[in-house]
Amino acid sequence: MTALTLVALAGVAVTGTLTVLTRKPPRQLVVAGFFGLNLAILFFVLGAPDVALSQIVVSTVALPLMALLTLARFARDEEEDE
Amino acid sequence: MSPAVRRALGLAALVALGGLCAWAVAGLPDFGHPRGPYATAAVRASLRHQVNATVGGVTFDVRGIDTLGEELILFCAAIGATLLLRAQRAEGQAQAAVERHEEAREQAPGSLRGLGAALVGPVLVLGAYVLAHGHLTPGGGFQGGIILAAALVLVYAAGQIVALERVRPVDLVEVSEAAGAAAYVLMAVGGLVFAGATMANFLPYGQAGMLLSGGTVPVLNVAVGVEVAGAITLIVTEFLDQALLRRA
Repeated sequence: MTALTLVALAGVAVTGTLTVLTRKPPRQLVVAGFFGLNLAILFFVLGAPDVALSQIVVSTVALPLMALLTLARFARDEEEDE
Repeated sequence: MSPAVRRALGLAALVALGGLCAWAVAGLPDFGHPRGPYATAAVRASLRHQVNATVGGVTFDVRGIDTLGEELILFCAAIGATLLLRAQRAEGQAQAAVERHEEAREQAPGSLRGLGAALVGPVLVLGAYVLAHGHLTPGGGFQGGIILAAALVLVYAAGQIVALERVRPVDLVEVSEAAGAAAYVLMAVGGLVFAGATMANFLPYGQAGMLLSGGTVPVLNVAVGVEVAGAITLIVTEFLDQALLRRA
């Protein structure tokens, strides 16, 4: 295991913990995006650039986008109830 | 059970689990060593069909039938989500909400609109590049397709939702999703017809490293790219319409 792998693993551990500790969903989504980016770096360091590319597009584009739109919908529902 | 006992029990279980995980990880072979027999075989199989990117060769040539399943899963998921979301609103409602939203959007920060508009072109080019070079470098249909869909989301971020309605007429998105899925299935059947086996690589292989090489692999990449871009755009637009409907 090289120093580069250790740094990438540490990045995943730190951002993963931060994702769990962030409580507000919209903010958590942004942190989760950085977590996904760190995972992508780890995959790249371990020699899997294809998986890294998929990880980037899914974790920083597709997932936050759909979750944010769903959250927006819920926020509207609550506004109407008030 | 009191909270203290529960906490102690939980911690003990976590420590035991952590110990087991550490034990398991310590017993793993080092990264890349030893090389499994499949690594060598996959590289050889890809190069035999003039495909440089072994991952692309495995997903679209050696195990193309698995990718066919994945492609159809995404196709069904997109249709299911669209059906569910559309059942909840009346005809024409979305259009009215979109127009109201565009008026409100005029006040969006200029920097955000500028950045979104400036990034659309480069992201489109990047998506097309990743899609077209799937058999040469890491990348391919799935990644390229989502990048293409992201370009359309940038159009939305730039506040041009009415323009978005114009550049992604829902009919075209639906057709591109269906056409991508159909093209993949036709390529699978083509292998059966021209080479005697489903998903067989029946096109000329060409010279490895050229844009047109690898037989069916680049064609399948484009099919998947069109399908994924259509499916993701469809899902996102349906969600977007849902979110906007409530903004009255």
